[in-house]
Amino acid sequence: MAKPKIATASLAGCFGCHMSILDIDERILQLIEIVDFDKSPIDDIKKFTGQCAVGLIEGGCANEENVHVLQDFRRHCDILIAVGDCAINGDIPALRNNIPLKECLDEAYLNGPSVFNPEKIIPNDKELPLCLDRVYPCSEVVKIDYSLPGCPPNAEIIWQALVAILNNKPLDLPYEIIKYD
Amino acid sequence: MSTTKKVIIEPVTRVEGHGKVSILLDENNKVSQARFHIVEFRGFERFIQGRPYWEVPVLVQRLCGICPVSHHLAAAKAMDKIVGVDKLTPTAEKMRRLMHYGQMFQSHVLHFFHLCSPDLLFGFDADPMIRNIIGVAKKYPELAVQGVMMRKYGQEIIKATAGKKIHGTGAIPGGINKNLSIAERDVFLKDLNQMVEWSRGALKIAKNYTVENLEKIKPFGSFDSNHLSLIRQDGAMDLYHGNLRAITATGEKIFDQVDYSKYLDYIVEGVKSWSYMKFPFIKSIGPEKGWYRVGPLARINTCDFIDTPEAEAARKEFMAVTNGKPNNITMAYHWARMIELLHSIEKIKELLNDKDLQGTDLVVKGHRREEGVGLIEAPRGTLFHHYKVNENDQVVMANLIVSTTHNNEPMNSAVRKVAQDHISGVPKITEGLLNHIEVAIRAYDPCLSCATHAMGQMPLKVTLYDYQGGVIDMKIKE
Ligand code: SF4
Repeated sequence: MAKPKIATASLAGCFGCHMSILDIDERILQLIEIVDFDKSPIDDIKKFTGQCAVGLIEGGCANEENVHVLQDFRRHCDILIAVGDCAINGDIPALRNNIPLKECLDEAYLNGPSVFNPEKIIPNDKELPLCLDRVYPCSEVVKIDYSLPGCPPNAEIIWQALVAILNNKPLDLPYEIIKYD
Repeated sequence: MSTTKKVIIEPVTRVEGHGKVSILLDENNKVSQARFHIVEFRGFERFIQGRPYWEVPVLVQRLCGICPVSHHLAAAKAMDKIVGVDKLTPTAEKMRRLMHYGQMFQSHVLHFFHLCSPDLLFGFDADPMIRNIIGVAKKYPELAVQGVMMRKYGQEIIKATAGKKIHGTGAIPGGINKNLSIAERDVFLKDLNQMVEWSRGALKIAKNYTVENLEKIKPFGSFDSNHLSLIRQDGAMDLYHGNLRAITATGEKIFDQVDYSKYLDYIVEGVKSWSYMKFPFIKSIGPEKGWYRVGPLARINTCDFIDTPEAEAARKEFMAVTNGKPNNITMAYHWARMIELLHSIEKIKELLNDKDLQGTDLVVKGHRREEGVGLIEAPRGTLFHHYKVNENDQVVMANLIVSTTHNNEPMNSAVRKVAQDHISGVPKITEGLLNHIEVAIRAYDPCLSCATHAMGQMPLKVTLYDYQGGVIDMKIKE
């Protein structure tokens, strides 16, 4: 029987959640025995090769491209999991939500003490995807099936959740490992 | 009328679209322009304003989950200044150093084993379906296990010193919040020799690869540049603390032993419309020629020596290849990085055997100041954090120049060079050609948006347009 496929993506996040996935350590070798990795930054597959059982999403939506990627994931994954606080509520990147985007851009490209910008350029090339007005959690863009809180969720929780979902069993976590920050 | 074709190389993922390359060809298919765009913007400098200063070393780590410790420590060093502390207790400084070398160790392992080893082991043109870490795990299981176990060792050191593997809380303004217990230390001592052994092995792979392929990789994405890093007072490599030194491509000093709190007198950042990443350069030389490289290659080039024996012997071998002159070969980054890997584990060994780590004097107090600058040598290069804080303890100014930003112009130069050497005059784009561009970028271990690059190969979309914008050829690398 074909192994189930899983896919992962990082949107507006710091990649810490993906690092936490790698922190399952030796069990990575076990993981690639029980699932096939499809589209993911940890392999060389850039476009879905088919329908996936599970998609793991890190990060919220800060630009239009994040939205497209997320919608594409929703279409291709039976179960979509928001991994980490950025995906769940925007987390630190969403600190910009209270501040007009223009102020953020001005600070970085005009006002910073080391900036040398006599022509007063603010990056605006058509090669750059448009920023959204604010950072959106994934659940405001598509339906999310499960959320794993934490910044990042620890590796043990990610591992236990994956095993439970792949075996269609409820997730039963010992109390001591349920802590978030 | 001249005609132009445009090639877009778009890394759609390897962290969903944070960077892409565009290449303009003239009517003879010669490259007339090649650019590496950074397409994500987050605005940390602005939204950090108003936050209390003690929050900063924890908050700014969220810039990057791959090297959070570097941001944590650079910010903590700046906050030491804010609380008026110029010298930490030996326990605090050594705990921070141990945390930092653990970070350096895990990050270099991640890059070498998980990211770039597939290119070196399978070749730039290999089938993309096997040219990845899972391919390595299947063909070279022993190597993959080493990579996993070494990264784990580094992460466990971070956890023991920072409280958590990713986004820890160990460093606080003026010191550290824990020491290392004997029990914790003994766990690391147990596996230490194995780690040293495996680090030697990784260094050997990188060195042999470079030496055996020297003629081929010498011109690959290479160019002359200035180099910049922190340096200890006596000229030794120091990854945690030091003064700034910059040298030219041939080794003349541009400036030396500069107190980094004066960095604004020496370094400025240009802005271009087509990238969210700024373009730093040395003020006195100007934007055209003043840009420089940072990271492992620059650090080996700028230092006079390394203060651990095995890494120093390796440095001498490295410098012999260019007759003692700075090495400007882009692909030599890998060898330099593995010298630092060995150096880091030698430093970890030194520190684990130091009784100061069990000390109980953790924090120093001082007189509050308004401004602080903190620099560190992060895995990818010199990292600048600079803050101003008001009398209500709120941050009112934050200026961050992250390691990868310094390498912006060098990465663009590498892309231009590879495009000119390998794509000029080519009518058809192959997957292998695209990977050549990625290989050159990957040598810098870039951390786009200080993290976007992470693992795996960059997915690329290349479109060849005619001068009216019609699509001639399109290739999506999958
Ligand atoms: S939740 Fe935390 S670790 Fe995960 S991407 Fe966001 S900032 Fe990084």
